[in-house]
Amino acid sequence: MGLSGFRAEVGFRVDGEPHTLAVDTRSTVLDVLRDTLGNTSPKKGCDRGQCGACTVLLDGRRVLSCLVLAVTAGGKDILTAKGLAANGRLHPVQQAFLDNDALQCGYCTPGQVCSAVGALDEFADGKPSHAGDVTAEPELTRAEIAERISGNLCRCGAYTAIISAIEQAADA
Amino acid sequence: MRPFDYRTPANAVTAVQAVTEHPAAAFLGGGTNLLDHLKLGITHPDLLVDVTSVTADTIEDFQGGLLIGAAARNSDIAADYRVRTRYPALAEALLSGASGQLRNMATAAGNPLQRTRCPYFQDPTTPCNKRRPGSGCAAIGGFTRGHAILGASTHCVATHPSDMAVALTALDATVHVLSAQGERTIPFAELHRLPGADPTRDTVLDHGDLITLIELPYSPIARQSRYYKVRDRASFAFALVSVAAALTVTDGVISDARLAFGGIAHKPWRANRAEQILIGEPATDATYRLAAEHELADARTLDGLDGGNAFKVPLLIRTVVSVLRRLAEEPR
Amino acid sequence: MSAIGQDIPRRDGYAKVTGTATYAYEADVDNAAYCVLLQASIARGQVSEIDITEALALPGVLTILTPGQVEKIHQVDDTELYVLQDGEVDYRGQIIGAVVADTPEIAHHAASLVHFSYHVDEHDSTFSPDRHDLYKPDRLGTGEPTDTKTGDIDAAMRKAPHTITQTYTTATNHNNPMEPHATTALWQDDALILWDSTQGVHAVRTTIAQVFGLDTDQVRVICPYVGGGFGAKGEPHPHIVVATLAARALPGRPIRLALTRAQMFALVGYRPPTVQHTRLAADEHGTLTGIALAAVNQTARITEFTENAGSPTRTMYAAPNRATSHRLVVLDVAVPTWMRAPGECPGMFGPEVAIDELAEALGVDPIDLRVRNEPEVDPDSGKPFSSRNLVACLREGADRFGWADRAPRRDGDWLVGTGVAASVFPAFTMQATAAIRYDQGRYIVEIGAADLGTGAWTVLPQIAADALEVPLEQIDIGIGDTTYPRASVAGGSTGTATWGSAILTAAEAFRDKFGDDPDDGDEMEGSISKPPFHEDYATYAFGAQFAEVRVHADTAEIRVPRLLGVFAAGRIVNPRTARSQFTGGMTMGLSMALHESSSLDPRFGHVINHDLAEYHIATCADATNVEAHWIDEHDPHVNALGVKGIGEIGIVGTAAAIVNAAHHATGVRVRDLPLTLDKLLPGLP
Repeated sequence: MGLSGFRAEVGFRVDGEPHTLAVDTRSTVLDVLRDTLGNTSPKKGCDRGQCGACTVLLDGRRVLSCLVLAVTAGGKDILTAKGLAANGRLHPVQQAFLDNDALQCGYCTPGQVCSAVGALDEFADGKPSHAGDVTAEPELTRAEIAERISGNLCRCGAYTAIISAIEQAADA
Repeated sequence: MRPFDYRTPANAVTAVQAVTEHPAAAFLGGGTNLLDHLKLGITHPDLLVDVTSVTADTIEDFQGGLLIGAAARNSDIAADYRVRTRYPALAEALLSGASGQLRNMATAAGNPLQRTRCPYFQDPTTPCNKRRPGSGCAAIGGFTRGHAILGASTHCVATHPSDMAVALTALDATVHVLSAQGERTIPFAELHRLPGADPTRDTVLDHGDLITLIELPYSPIARQSRYYKVRDRASFAFALVSVAAALTVTDGVISDARLAFGGIAHKPWRANRAEQILIGEPATDATYRLAAEHELADARTLDGLDGGNAFKVPLLIRTVVSVLRRLAEEPR
Repeated sequence: MSAIGQDIPRRDGYAKVTGTATYAYEADVDNAAYCVLLQASIARGQVSEIDITEALALPGVLTILTPGQVEKIHQVDDTELYVLQDGEVDYRGQIIGAVVADTPEIAHHAASLVHFSYHVDEHDSTFSPDRHDLYKPDRLGTGEPTDTKTGDIDAAMRKAPHTITQTYTTATNHNNPMEPHATTALWQDDALILWDSTQGVHAVRTTIAQVFGLDTDQVRVICPYVGGGFGAKGEPHPHIVVATLAARALPGRPIRLALTRAQMFALVGYRPPTVQHTRLAADEHGTLTGIALAAVNQTARITEFTENAGSPTRTMYAAPNRATSHRLVVLDVAVPTWMRAPGECPGMFGPEVAIDELAEALGVDPIDLRVRNEPEVDPDSGKPFSSRNLVACLREGADRFGWADRAPRRDGDWLVGTGVAASVFPAFTMQATAAIRYDQGRYIVEIGAADLGTGAWTVLPQIAADALEVPLEQIDIGIGDTTYPRASVAGGSTGTATWGSAILTAAEAFRDKFGDDPDDGDEMEGSISKPPFHEDYATYAFGAQFAEVRVHADTAEIRVPRLLGVFAAGRIVNPRTARSQFTGGMTMGLSMALHESSSLDPRFGHVINHDLAEYHIATCADATNVEAHWIDEHDPHVNALGVKGIGEIGIVGTAAAIVNAAHHATGVRVRDLPLTLDKLLPGLP
């Protein structure tokens, strides 16, 4: 697809729903979701990839939507924390966050939830982390969970509960 | 952010052609560093050429080594079983960098090409020779805790932030580069440069040069390799110092060694001098210390508003000792 | 069954885990325009020329606000809110303009095309306690005296067999709530609506009405959810004025304005650096004969702010000879403000490390030393404590933590030590009104309060249910809107006590008038309007914090694998949300201890590490095991509910406990925060 000018047409799915729109080539997925499509589930905490609040699942992988240009997302599936609770039923990770009170102000929470879902998938795929021996199969210890979720800052300091929530969701 | 055009070229050759012909064009890979710089106003391309689909994102066996596609994502490289067992230092370096989300985005070629996190470089309201040639270096006389102790110049004291690059430097990797003139290879240790009088250039690559592959050679010693990163947070922080090392010990004597440092210079620092000292000597703390001290003999530390970076010299020496001791005592 | 004390999940939990709770920037409005701030790149001087030609020519740019080219506004107490009235620059990063455009991309681009020239004056942004221009503020922000003196501390220091004289410092810290400050503003039909991220909607309304010369009835402020504040959203900051200026320049058009993370390092306050000269005098048994703290902090030329770091020293320990003082350095820097436990948080660092140093010098256990110096009455006011259970916290914490077996040890490559420190935070109340209405079997409780993650959405219904003696499920709650009765700012750990007391009063009035079988539409209000400080009692919450610290024997890397706190904070309304408040405060305390330091470069006058990659706050991997417990404390005096605030005490003392533990592990005493590995490295073998 060759694109010229400053606006480009792009189509992708958000929480299962297809959208086709003309975007400014400069727009990030985060800004298109929030400002154009009105899906404010992913949050803007730094806009520079330093806090994790904007985490979404892009074709199933957790990414920072503040650093993805919308024009590069053509044909992709974007899943937000809102979409994880389709039909009003919470995803097990979301339920675990509630059960463990793993949130306070709630601003980092949708990003934490998406990141946790992605991290558990990565673990299920046998992907290693810095917390374990890279030559061995990873084990989902609390240290492993903490390392894998450390890209998501929480200023309210809910970390201990977040680890417990992810432990619970992993066992579910 | 200024407006820019966006193109998805048909193949690597047309991508190179598009950028070469266009002085203000830039390649777009994972975008994790480029988008940040666009937002900060550090760089102003008017054309982005997306190369994520025109180079390989796979990892192939090649002559006993591996060929890593330029578009392979950092997390996928770190998860590859061949990388984890044959080049564990590379997997460890990748996994110690950034966050899970960023590793899912950043590419093999993009990671080593990320630019310094010097806070003055990232703040366009302050002088910086790397960002605005001739404006001066605000880091000198400022906050220097994160800055270079080896190879810096009066023009720039920035450090290179990539962990992956330190491991690739130690592991004798090579980059395959496509340009309008054709293909060439560059030893990884020669890819990055010291700042000298022109800190604007981080690497020897020219405008329009596209990294297509990273080649890891067959390397038995690499199986006995580690990457250790010392940082202020337990996770998601850049290195104060880091060490990539590989060691072969036979009957208590070091028969072969690879050593590279991160967080201390404008480029990933291959510790050739230290390697020469290690080889043939007994595998003891005293040997490791001597080697590290020798490599750091030319270290020049900086005063700073935060107390400066002199602590990096003893820290790096102690980290080298720690890593080499562990490699010798706990073979993988 | 009483609703108070029940473990109730957050009412706003579903909305927050799905991301459907809407924050200020996300207000549901149509056809919004986007506002981007322009900031001074000098620390002192005047804007001399502005070139907006190029920016204004950009299609999609709606207006550009520049100094002197906006409507005249009124000066209020907070002089920083007198925005864009002239071209004066009081600190680097100050707002000197704003661009409003149809899209955020166009607004940001246009912002980069506005060019300023300055007349530059010399600036002074160098903080030092040794400066000759220190001055004494008239009083502290709490209304307490600036200095206190009892007995003769100098004589006590001369006579005592054991003394500690040390200087401790805390770094500049930025609140950095995860939600950047944001305002959506709409001026329509002579009325202003602000969706603002604030700790107090009524405070914003009052101030903005004054600034723009409006009746408060013309202003509505809405804020159902706040993405953290920690003090930085306690008072209105200048961007709200800019959003309002833009809205009034474009009637009918909603304006969205969110600060960037970097802008938050200049525009919304921070905890200033403190230097704490601390003295302790003790007899052979460790009984304190003297205690003194002289604190210095920086403030801004444009607005005075005193960090009352000497306050806790006045209350913590008994000693006949006592002195505290506060001095300020005025600099050309951004304006400091409250940050979680202002005063107590930094002010319990120096003294609680000093107590540890004294215990070491005396060869006594630091818990025993604290117990030995427990006062009978508040040493400062002479009033009895309404309740004071510090000793119980220390003892229970010691049991739970395993303090008895605390010999420093080595575990592989790691040196392991433990440390303790005490916590304190005052318990007072502000003023508030609550309304209760009955409608179709439900009680609707409304109060202009705020939930910053503290749990107000959840705990206020618990208080209302008990006060009305009805099941919790029958209570609806409305907060975060100025259409609800006036309530105090969520700050000073006063929210639950104040708003809960107002609800209690309203419920009593409601039942007096309508009984327990009301009709639809029956409604009553109730208020609390006592002075903040109790007349007869000294009212404080106390706590004890225990830390395990590991230091890598080679690299000096520091880890805190275990943090345990026990608190005595009155009645706990909801153990679930309370635990999060305590552990959240402790986690922020850990972050302060190990990570946080804003690098203010005096050559430029601004903080240079103004992002979340360089200004470190703790990550999950840094705080994996933070545990909070509490004493079952019944305080009949503190207020009608028997509750003390819990939002701040968790951060008080944490840094001292961690620094004390690092000393225990390594023998290296660090007196300057943050505790980073370079400070331990020279002391390691």
